Amino acid sequence: MSANAGHGAPQGTPRGRTANWIERRLPVFSTMEHFSQYPTPKNLNYWWNFGSIAGFVLVAMIVTGIVLAMHYTPHVDHAFNSVERIMRDVNYGWLIRYLHANGGAMFFLVVYIHLFRGLYYGSYKAPREIIWWLGIIILLLMMATAFMGYVLPWGQMSFWAAKVITNLFSAIPWVGESITTWLWGGFTVDNPTLNRFFSLHYLLPFVIVGVVVLHIAALHTVKSGNPLGVEAKTPKDTIPFHPYYTVKDLFGLGVFMLVWAFFVFYAPNFMGHPDNYIPADSLATPAHIVPEWYFLPYYAILRAFTADFFMYWPISWLITAKFAGVIAMFGSLLILFLMPWLDTSEVRSSRFRPIYKIFFWVFVIDTIILGYVGANAPDEVAHIALLGLFDFSTGLTWLTIGEITTFWYFFHFIILVPVIGRMERPRPLPHSISEPVLGGGAVGGGAAAQSRPGPMEKA
Amino acid sequence: MMRVRSIFLAGVVAVAGFAGTLPSSVMAAGDGVKAKSVDWSFYGPFGTFDRAQIKRGWKVYAKVCASCHGLKHVYYRHLLTIGIEPKAMKEMMTSRKMPMIDDAGDAVTRAAKLGDPITAPFANDVAAAKANNGKAPPDLSLIVKARGGGANYIYSLLTGYVTAAACEKEYKGSDGKPLKPESGQSCNTYFPGHIIAMAPPLASEGQVDYDEKGAPKATVSQMAMDVTAFLAWAAEPELEDRKRMGLRVMLFLLILTGLFFVIYRQVWRRVKH
Ligand code: HEC
Ligand code: HEM
Repeated sequence: MSANAGHGAPQGTPRGRTANWIERRLPVFSTMEHFSQYPTPKNLNYWWNFGSIAGFVLVAMIVTGIVLAMHYTPHVDHAFNSVERIMRDVNYGWLIRYLHANGGAMFFLVVYIHLFRGLYYGSYKAPREIIWWLGIIILLLMMATAFMGYVLPWGQMSFWAAKVITNLFSAIPWVGESITTWLWGGFTVDNPTLNRFFSLHYLLPFVIVGVVVLHIAALHTVKSGNPLGVEAKTPKDTIPFHPYYTVKDLFGLGVFMLVWAFFVFYAPNFMGHPDNYIPADSLATPAHIVPEWYFLPYYAILRAFTADFFMYWPISWLITAKFAGVIAMFGSLLILFLMPWLDTSEVRSSRFRPIYKIFFWVFVIDTIILGYVGANAPDEVAHIALLGLFDFSTGLTWLTIGEITTFWYFFHFIILVPVIGRMERPRPLPHSISEPVLGGGAVGGGAAAQSRPGPMEKA
Repeated sequence: MMRVRSIFLAGVVAVAGFAGTLPSSVMAAGDGVKAKSVDWSFYGPFGTFDRAQIKRGWKVYAKVCASCHGLKHVYYRHLLTIGIEPKAMKEMMTSRKMPMIDDAGDAVTRAAKLGDPITAPFANDVAAAKANNGKAPPDLSLIVKARGGGANYIYSLLTGYVTAAACEKEYKGSDGKPLKPESGQSCNTYFPGHIIAMAPPLASEGQVDYDEKGAPKATVSQMAMDVTAFLAWAAEPELEDRKRMGLRVMLFLLILTGLFFVIYRQVWRRVKH
């Protein structure tokens, strides 16, 4: 029997006997070939770098996390001190911890850019819906992981953030109190809470790895999108992943590591809160309880829901404002799941969507403002200041700004996205990825774009 | 062109994202009073601790602050790494008793050893509060990292005491009435709420002997600056290693990334895209 006979006969480059023996039992080599030959659109821009960067950060978080766990003690009496021992007595412990703490924040930065890339280029449209949904599941898991990780050093912000966030569940009618007690493993945030958070903080990253595998499997099934939003059609439109994108990803990774290293070595506590260097004290509430920056927009949405908020009025007879805020906060993420249906446009890329493009950037600004709102006390008057260069008062409280931007957040998804998709006249699409490069020239107007087989490949 | 714009936009998004954290860190500084700003030797990308200053700072801590504040995350052995000699710790190590069980199984105490932490002088927080107008003096190991404004805030606090009369004139309480420190309380410009349970710890020139050769005059401001520098070291003993390694890592990454860029352009030379 020839080595190549039988099912799943290894194809592609010839291999040695041992390699073939393995290949027939476990398709290691063909999988590697699949990845190196994976036909990738040749027109990807730098916004397509962030996926591989996110994968790298995930691995880096797991490696640094496991080393931290070797020295960390998940007990209310020892957690804070054990982190200080890591910082002071473990060889390069400070490096591992600062990599992990800043890595968490960098992970969110990268994933947020990755997500907004998707919103701009319509990456959630057919046939990539499942990739998109898996991505949102990854984001939700990351949030749970980072939230529980932040509790582990058991500083003041750890404790009070845990308290505030777990308390949110108590807003659920009827069962809220029991759920919170169940989450805490007691009647307040205490040792059982810390212990289970550590256990889950160790577990969830590996669940994320699993979902990432699915995310990539789905991607390799339908192939990568690209900035033009027209599918790759001929071999002329694509190039093999290796070496073209491996080398480009390495370059992107280098730039990313420079940013990360800058924070780790020169501003390791810039993104942290000073109060987290005070040991947790259940009797001393900090003046301002603020989450990490990557949670600030959701925090702003949560706090926007007061009895006076007009978005709450229609449901005020039904649920409390607090519960409405909790629903809105989770809803602000869950609504992303609906993007494949909310966006009614046939065109993927915002490059050809003059109106959507404008509102995309308005939306980006909206989320950034929400972040500012989340960082500030709701009843204070909002000042816009930059490092002492200028400082002017808006005359509005942060709460009011939070209400406006919260409204806009949902207005964008529920009204603007579907309506723009229907009304907008897209600019003409190129026939293929190679066309604009080879100078085929764009033809016709919006109508021409419509008359051609749509980029959505719908029936 | 497109590419340059993409990079620019990515930068703007990143900066705006980080700037979002600014208000919170600024807010944390005491009650909106901006701390005095000192040109610390350990600031900046190449900053290091001034060894002579740290040693003077230890003296101030040991002579003044240690009678109320512990430094429990710092161990006596750590002081050796910054050049503080065992004889300068001697007095404190003999006076700070550590609990132990002797051969007969009795609970006794012994003098501190190099491997022991610099504990607080009180048996527990309740005793500490009782002895200090109801407020336990906080452990100082992390104080510089635990306050918005860092070293500048600590220095400002130590030099920011005002008289009771000035307090009444300048500051108002939450009830709108002039602030009046009660017995055992003091008034401080930089402390949030201004009323503080710590009497001015550094009050007179020469309170600590600065007898080393070339030492500056022990003014209140100088002592405050020195003890703050010492506390900055206590909070971040890795600072010098961190910055030194940072420079190497950044240079290495810069070269590596540049190399990747060149290879990237080389590999892509023939691709029309
Ligand atoms: C007589 C006891 C005593 C001495 C000596 C003393 N302190 Fe304090 N210190 C206190 C007390 C009590 C507090 C708590 C004050 C409060 O919360 O109102 C305090 C608080 C502090 C704080 C925290 C302020 C804040 O923002 O919460 C710092 C920093 C500090 N002391 C530094 C020092 C330094 C440095 C020295 C030595 C130069 C020193 N202390 C000497 C009793 C003392
Ligand atoms: C998805 C990947 C991960 C994310 C986003 C994440 C996030 C975080 C965050 C934000 C903190 C708080 C940092 C601080 O302020 O000190 C933290 C702490 C911690 N993490 Fe993770 N983490 C991840 C993976 C892991 C893994 C796989 C482990 C392995 C057990 C781990 C172990 C720890 C430990 C022990 C701490 C406490 C020590 C410390 O506070 O520095 N992490 N994590």
